[in-house]
Amino acid sequence: MARVNTRTRFIQGNEACTEGALAAGMRFFAGYPITPSTEIAEILAERLPRVGGTFVQMEDEISSMAAVIGASLTGVKAMTATSGPGFSLKQENIGFAAFTEVPCVIVNVQRKGPSTGMPTSPAQGDVMQARWGTHGDHPVIALTPFSVLEAFTLTVEAFNLAEKYRVPVILLMDEVIAHMRERVELPGPEDLEIVDRRKPAVKPGEYYPYDVEEEDGVPPMAVFGEGYRFHVTGLYHDAMGYPATGNPRLADQLIRRLVRKIEGRVEELTMVDEVQTEDAKVVVVAYGSVARSAARAVRLAREEGYRVGLFRPKIIWPFPAPRVRKLAARVEGLIVTEMNMGQVFREVERAVQGMAKVDLVSRVDGELITPVEVLTAIKEVY
Amino acid sequence: MKRIEIRLSGSGGQGLVLAGIILAEAAVRDGLNAVQTQSYGPEARGGASKSEVVLSDLDIDYPKVIYPDILLAMTQEACDRYAADLQRDGILVVDGRMVVKLPAVQARVYRPEITNLAQERLGNRVVANMVALGFIVATTGVVSIDSLKSAVSDRVPRGTQELNLKAVEAGITEAVRWRENEREN
Amino acid sequence: MPTLTRQVSRGETGWEETGGKPGLLGYLRTGMMPHLWCPGCGHGIIMGAFLRAFDRLGWDQDETIIVSGIGCSSRVTGYLDFDTLHTTHGRALAFATGVKLANPKLNVIVLAGDGDLAAIGGNHLIHAARRNINITTICFNNNIYGMTSGQFSPVSPTGSWATTTPYGSIDRPFDLCELVRAAGGTYVARGTAYHVRSLTGLIEKALKHKGFSFVEALSQCPTYFGRRNQLHNAVDMLLWQKEHAVNVRAATRMDPEDLRDKILIGELYRSEAPEYTEEYARIREQVRQKAREGDLVQ
Repeated sequence: MARVNTRTRFIQGNEACTEGALAAGMRFFAGYPITPSTEIAEILAERLPRVGGTFVQMEDEISSMAAVIGASLTGVKAMTATSGPGFSLKQENIGFAAFTEVPCVIVNVQRKGPSTGMPTSPAQGDVMQARWGTHGDHPVIALTPFSVLEAFTLTVEAFNLAEKYRVPVILLMDEVIAHMRERVELPGPEDLEIVDRRKPAVKPGEYYPYDVEEEDGVPPMAVFGEGYRFHVTGLYHDAMGYPATGNPRLADQLIRRLVRKIEGRVEELTMVDEVQTEDAKVVVVAYGSVARSAARAVRLAREEGYRVGLFRPKIIWPFPAPRVRKLAARVEGLIVTEMNMGQVFREVERAVQGMAKVDLVSRVDGELITPVEVLTAIKEVY
Repeated sequence: MKRIEIRLSGSGGQGLVLAGIILAEAAVRDGLNAVQTQSYGPEARGGASKSEVVLSDLDIDYPKVIYPDILLAMTQEACDRYAADLQRDGILVVDGRMVVKLPAVQARVYRPEITNLAQERLGNRVVANMVALGFIVATTGVVSIDSLKSAVSDRVPRGTQELNLKAVEAGITEAVRWRENEREN
Repeated sequence: MPTLTRQVSRGETGWEETGGKPGLLGYLRTGMMPHLWCPGCGHGIIMGAFLRAFDRLGWDQDETIIVSGIGCSSRVTGYLDFDTLHTTHGRALAFATGVKLANPKLNVIVLAGDGDLAAIGGNHLIHAARRNINITTICFNNNIYGMTSGQFSPVSPTGSWATTTPYGSIDRPFDLCELVRAAGGTYVARGTAYHVRSLTGLIEKALKHKGFSFVEALSQCPTYFGRRNQLHNAVDMLLWQKEHAVNVRAATRMDPEDLRDKILIGELYRSEAPEYTEEYARIREQVRQKAREGDLVQ
């Protein structure tokens, strides 16, 4: 395949994420320093003013998330980056973005929690927080890269999905991918598809900010300062965006539309890498850095004659349950391996509905699961 | 080329993360795949530090080092902690002054006085990491010396290239000296 | 894919066209009336003072963004016909900072209460002041959490009564104007709902000021503060404002003893300092200039 305008680089996951964000058109970053995500802020502090963008270090993670939403309302693609404790602090405003349908990207480089935990050690303990961290039903998308290249491509994808569906998108990295350096060939601008939010086609005065005429359930979004004089509130609101807390019917319609906007597209949104699953008896389910250990374990097991495969979701919310179910129908066992005590494991169990045996290989000591640990599990389950 | 695992260990402030990055970048210049990872404590100076590099001409999946083919230990603590992981018949390079107690390992062991060399020949112990790189590359040939030198020039702060390259040279010279000694013995 | 059809229609919550109304009505979403403020509440007076000040300046409504937090006063954004942002509790200034930084050409105004600005959002208040970002903040200060029916706030006077100070408050109140000044704000003023003409003038100056400007507007909450604190109705409370407020210029000629239980109103502080978005624009220009000169590799 002839590649156009590729650039061979040797960079960290965090750096690749900033390259992806800039390539996607991100021009506003607000953040607060926290290991192991800080390189993202440092790099963008240097890069953004050069491209006419804005970087601001806010007083905390709460205000960073707020500033990102404010910036996005002016029509700018905006993001923040953080890690566990900071991700917890951002939750209320992530809910605000989800509910008011303001596109934005939140990078969470997962470190070992709970609490301050082990700041420089990897973990995958924020999977459920990414889905349910803010209160109330709400839509959210979360992507999880397993390489430096994917830290780039999935950041671009995160912005595209945020813009397309007017939803906060979380890039769920882990410390290993964030800090790891590897050789990558970054796609050039010609190789990227960039999506921008749809603006209203109507004149001010005819604009209903939350009226959904479009089939896709995503209303067009006006820009602050262009005369539309629209209202944005975290209260239940009507088509005009005005508070409608006393109207159960409207409340029901609004929240069901918002959740369905994403959950109703699970098949369309599914991004999974399947390796050697066609003839597999046992399949390893892994994501993020752990998928690299799993990939090696699968290769080693194949060399020894085991029919095993790898199922690697790149999107974790909405969870690709239909694909897992299809897989479960033709294999005997699934092994979920993750650096937490079973957050995706339980999602897999739920999707499988007893059609296959599901086992968990979990490591929660701040160290990456090794290929040998996965290989051992494969041999036990097989 | 099979997968080669290299671990550079010591304490924070010895520049081992940078050394790992440069080694990996040199490998990329040689057309290899390379992955560099690190682990470190909260201390910016002191504390345990390790930088790991995996090289291969195939895709690299698991990014960490388990059984290093090459281990650099710049402190006694690092040597005590990691020597047992060394691959059978691997290469162990220790700072000959910092590491006084050598573990029993089945490996080729080198004990150049890295930090001391940096201080005496370059007048600056900060470049001990570059001396170590020069020594390791000249001894093992994991990457080409040309690639190492160009990676060093590109990565170190502007204005310090000359000093760092001299440090690499000092490491190479020391490796040659060790090799000659090996032959004689 | 599910079919998501048009779900609500205009007018569902009583909204209707308000365009073309004369005078200040042109700034209001009259379809949103009646408002939720209690009879006798001071917030409407302060909103009126703000609109008169805005009208005097002749600024473009379409280039003005109004941001609020949570609470009685923060409902004001629902009634104002601008681009309006009703945010999370305490975070109005943080959202506003994002709006202003992303598009410094916009006029950005924060209207919020004492609970928002002094308690949960206190950190954002001092940091917005420290940056001296060109945002005007008007604090609707009624000394109480009205929306949640009468808990004390960080500006409730020591000894005052609220549902969460059933034995009288032992908390020492903030002087918000001193706080903002100390934090680096460059325009600080205080007014009251009673002295509405003076308040309008202070808001007008605050809007015109380049940098972080702050107006503390004393409001009255007869429902939750007055009732519990021997101020039986709005009239009592407005008279209290009349009797206790002293203009800062008049105060210089008064005996300190006579000022002990008084509140200073008027322009309390004004200075000039580099404004944040201008400083950032300068940085941006600097790095681009350097890039053009080839000192930086893009």
